[in-house]
Amino acid sequence: MKDAFGAPQSLLLLGGTSAIGLATARRLIARRTRTVWLAGRPSPELAAAAGSLRALGAEVRVVPFDALDTDAHAERLGRVFAEGDVDLVLLAFGIPGDQTRDEADPAAAVRVAQTNYTGAVSAALVCAAALQAQGHGSLVVLSSVAGERGRRADFIYGSSKAGLDVFAQGLGDALYGTGVHVMVVRPGAVRRPGTAGRPGGPTATTPEAVAGAIELGLRRRSETVWVPGPLRLVASALRHVPRPLHRRLPV
Amino acid sequence: MAVESFVQDDDCVPLTGAGGTAPSLALLVRPRSAPEAARAVLGRGARGVVARGHGGTCGDAAQNAGGTVLDLTGLDRIQGLDATAGVVVCEAGTGLDRLARALLPHGWQPPLDLAGGLRPAGRRGPGTVGGALASGGLAGRLRSLELLTADGSVRTVRPGDPLCDATTGGLGLTGVILSATLALRPVETAYLRDRATGFRDADALLAHWTGDAPGERHARAWVELSGRGRAVLTTAEPVPYDGLPRGHRARRDPLAPPRSGGAGGLRPLPGLARAHALLPSGLRALSALPAPAGTATGPGSGPGHVTGTSAGRSRPTGPLAALGGFGLPLPGLPGLPGAPGPVGPFVRYRCAVPEGREEALRGILALLAHRRSPARAARHARVERVHADGTGPLAFPVRGWCLALDVPAGARGLGPFLDLVDERVAAAGGRVCLAEDARLRPALLPVMYPRLDAFRELRAAHDPRSVFRSDLARRLGVWKSWE
Ligand SMILES: Cc1cc2nc3c(=O)[nH]c(=O)nc-3n(C[C@H](O)[C@H](O)[C@H](O)COP(=O)(O)OP(=O)(O)OC[C@H]3O[C@@H](n4cnc5c(N)ncnc54)[C@H](O)[C@@H]3O)c2cc1C
Ligand SMILES: NC(=O)c1ccc[n+]([C@@H]2O[C@H](COP(=O)([O-])OP(=O)(O)OC[C@H]3O[C@@H](n4cnc5c(N)ncnc54)[C@H](OP(=O)(O)O)[C@@H]3O)[C@@H](O)[C@H]2O)c1
Repeated sequence: MKDAFGAPQSLLLLGGTSAIGLATARRLIARRTRTVWLAGRPSPELAAAAGSLRALGAEVRVVPFDALDTDAHAERLGRVFAEGDVDLVLLAFGIPGDQTRDEADPAAAVRVAQTNYTGAVSAALVCAAALQAQGHGSLVVLSSVAGERGRRADFIYGSSKAGLDVFAQGLGDALYGTGVHVMVVRPGAVRRPGTAGRPGGPTATTPEAVAGAIELGLRRRSETVWVPGPLRLVASALRHVPRPLHRRLPV
Repeated sequence: MAVESFVQDDDCVPLTGAGGTAPSLALLVRPRSAPEAARAVLGRGARGVVARGHGGTCGDAAQNAGGTVLDLTGLDRIQGLDATAGVVVCEAGTGLDRLARALLPHGWQPPLDLAGGLRPAGRRGPGTVGGALASGGLAGRLRSLELLTADGSVRTVRPGDPLCDATTGGLGLTGVILSATLALRPVETAYLRDRATGFRDADALLAHWTGDAPGERHARAWVELSGRGRAVLTTAEPVPYDGLPRGHRARRDPLAPPRSGGAGGLRPLPGLARAHALLPSGLRALSALPAPAGTATGPGSGPGHVTGTSAGRSRPTGPLAALGGFGLPLPGLPGLPGAPGPVGPFVRYRCAVPEGREEALRGILALLAHRRSPARAARHARVERVHADGTGPLAFPVRGWCLALDVPAGARGLGPFLDLVDERVAAAGGRVCLAEDARLRPALLPVMYPRLDAFRELRAAHDPRSVFRSDLARRLGVWKSWE
C-alpha cells in the first residue's frame, strides 16, 4: 500500500533496464519500496539491474516481458499481480528508433510504433485492470515532449508517443474515482551517462531528475508531469507557433 | 468496449480517512441489522472486509482496497440504559455525540476524555462507539461487547477475555463490533469548566506538569511549534449543580442541552454543542497570550487579563475559556489567529512516550519546532498525560505522555522527517498511534508493539483465512513479518 505521501511499497517496472525506470526504483527503495518486479527481455543487463537493486536492500524478481509479444502480456503480467499487490506500475519501455534510417525502412518504423504504442497500450490495459481489481495503485506512463507536436527530426518516435500520451490521458479519466491513479510523465531530452557531452539545451534533463519528478507527482497525485518543470510553458508556447516557423525552429 | 470494464459498481467508492490521503476503492456495504452484517462478512470477496464508523481517524485503518468495507453507521440504536447503575447498551454505529445527547437528560455521559472533547470534529462526524473502541478509546469503561467474528457468528466478550482485549485498539482486525455495553460517567449539569494556564515555552510547561500535577485528569496542553514556542495547559472539570453561576439559565434545567457555546466560563460537555461553533480553548488561549516576559507589552487590560508568575502565567477562567474544547482542526474558521487545521490533505502524527522519558519528549518537541522542521506547518502540537497503559496487544496508550500534531501532507520533506521522529519515539520506548497512522515504516511495528506476535496468534486462531483486512494491515504488514 502507498503511504500518505504516495510512496509505494511495491513496484513493477516495465522496461527493467530503463535508465529512468532504474533511477526511479533506486529513489523509491530509499523510501518505502521493498518489492520490485523487473519486467524485460532477458539479458545480462537485466540481471545486472536486478542485482544493483538487490544491493540496495529490495527484494527483486525478474519477469520475462517483450512489449512486442502482446499475446503474452495478460499471462506474464497477471502472474505478477497474482503474487501480491503492486502499488506502482512504471511503464518505461520504449525505443527512440533512428529517424533517418526508419524513414527508408518501414518495417523498422513499425517496430518503433509497435513497441512504444501498441505494446504499451496492451501492457497498460492489462495492468490497469489488475490495479482496478486491487482497488488502489498508480500507473505511471513515460511519454515524451516529442509527442507534443510533430517534428521533422523525430516524428516516427514522436507520433508513437503522441498516441501513447492520448491513450494514457483517456485511461486516467476512465479510472478516475476508482482509487487507481494514472500519471503521464513528459520528459525533455534525457541525458544518459554515456551522452554527457551532448548539448541538451534548456529542455534537457537527467534520469535522476525524472525520478524525482515522479516521486513528487506520486505524492501530489498529479495527472501530468513535465521534466524539467518549465518545459510545460515551452511546450505550451511551441504549440501556438505557426507551422512555417515551427519547421525552421531547431527544436 | 474495453472502457466498459472500468465502469464501476455503484456501491464501489473511493475512501480515505479524515486526513484525505491515500484513497482506495472498496465495496461499501451498509448493514441495517446484525444478520445483514453477518451476511456481508460471509459474502465478502477475496480481499476481505473491515468495519468503518464515521471514518474519522486520519489514516487508512478503515479502508480496504478492492475488498468490502462495512459502514456500521446504520446500526445506531441505543438499546438499553440502566439509569441507576449508569450502564448503556448501544449499537456500534451510534455517534458519540448522539449518545451524549441521549444520555444527558438521565444525568449520564459517555466516558470521554473531557479535555480532548470529542474528536475528531469536522465534516466526518465525531466518531462512533465502535470506532472509538476499535481505535483504543473508551476501553477502561467497557463492560462487554458483541463481536461478529470471521465465521459469521456473534460472540459476547468481556474485558479480560483475550479476544475482547485484542479488539479494543484492534482496528477492526479481530471482527466487527456490533454493540457495546459501557459504564457511564454521572453528570449534574451539561457543562464543564475550563482553566487555562500559559507558559513561556514547552520546558516551563513540562517542569510544571511533571512536578506536582494534582488531580489534573482532564488536562491537555498546546505547544506552539512555529512562532514563539509558547504553551498553554487547559484543564476541564464537569460543573456540579452548585458550581453553576447564580442566575445561570441552566440552574432551572441543568440537564437541558446547551443551546449556545456556553457562557460565564462554562462550555458544554463533549458532544453537546455543535463543533463548528467552537474552537479549542487551548488555541484560543494561545492566541490571547501576551508576549513572553522581557518583550511583553502586557495588554494588562480587558477581561482576559493574564497574571505572570515565574513558572508561567496563570489565567483565571475568563471569556477565553467559554469557547471551545473540541480538540481537533476546524478548518476554515475565518479571522481567528490561532485557528487550526490544515485545509487540504494532512497527516496526523500521534505518538506516546512513557513516563520517566520526559527528556525524550522534550527532545521530540524541540525537533518538531526546529527552524527547518516541516512539522512547523502544523503550527501547534497537543500534549496530554496518559494515566494507564492500554490492555490489548495493539493498544496504543502508554502510561506517560501523548503527543499529537496535524501537518499538511504537502509539507516539504515531511515523510523522511517523521521517519526520524519515529526513531526517537521508538528509542524512548514509545509508539505511534496506529489508528491515526498513514506512514509508519513497517519495520518499526514490532518494535513499537512488542506484543504484536500475541495479536498475530490470536488472529491465526480466530480468523485463519484472513477475513478481516484493511489497508493499514497490508501497509504495515500486520500479518506478515518484515525482517
Ligand atoms: C487512547 C485513545 C483515547 C481516545 N479518547 C477519545 C475521547 O475521549 N473522545 C473522542 O472523541 N475520541 C477519542 N479517541 C479517538 C476516537 O477513538 C476515534 O477518533 C473515533 O471515535 C473514531 O470513530 P470513527 O467512527 O470515526 O472510526 P473510523 O475512523 O471509522 O474507524 C476507526 C477504526 O475502527 C475500526 N472500526 C470502526 N467501527 C468498528 C466496528 N463497529 N467494529 C470493529 N471495528 C470498527 C475501523 O476498522 C478502523 O480501524 C481516542 C483514541 C484513543 C486511541
Ligand atoms: N531518454 C530520453 O531522452 C527520453 C526522453 C523522453 C521520454 N523517454 C521515454 O522514457 C522511457 C524510458 O526512457 P529511458 O531513457 O530510461 O530508456 P532506456 O534506458 O533506453 O530504456 C528503454 C527500455 O525499454 C526496453 N525495451 C525496448 N524495447 C522493448 C521491448 N520490445 N520489450 C520490452 N522492453 C523493451 C529496454 O529493454 P532492453 O534492455 O531489453 O532493450 C529498456 O529497458 C522510454 O519510454 C522513452 O521513450 C526517454
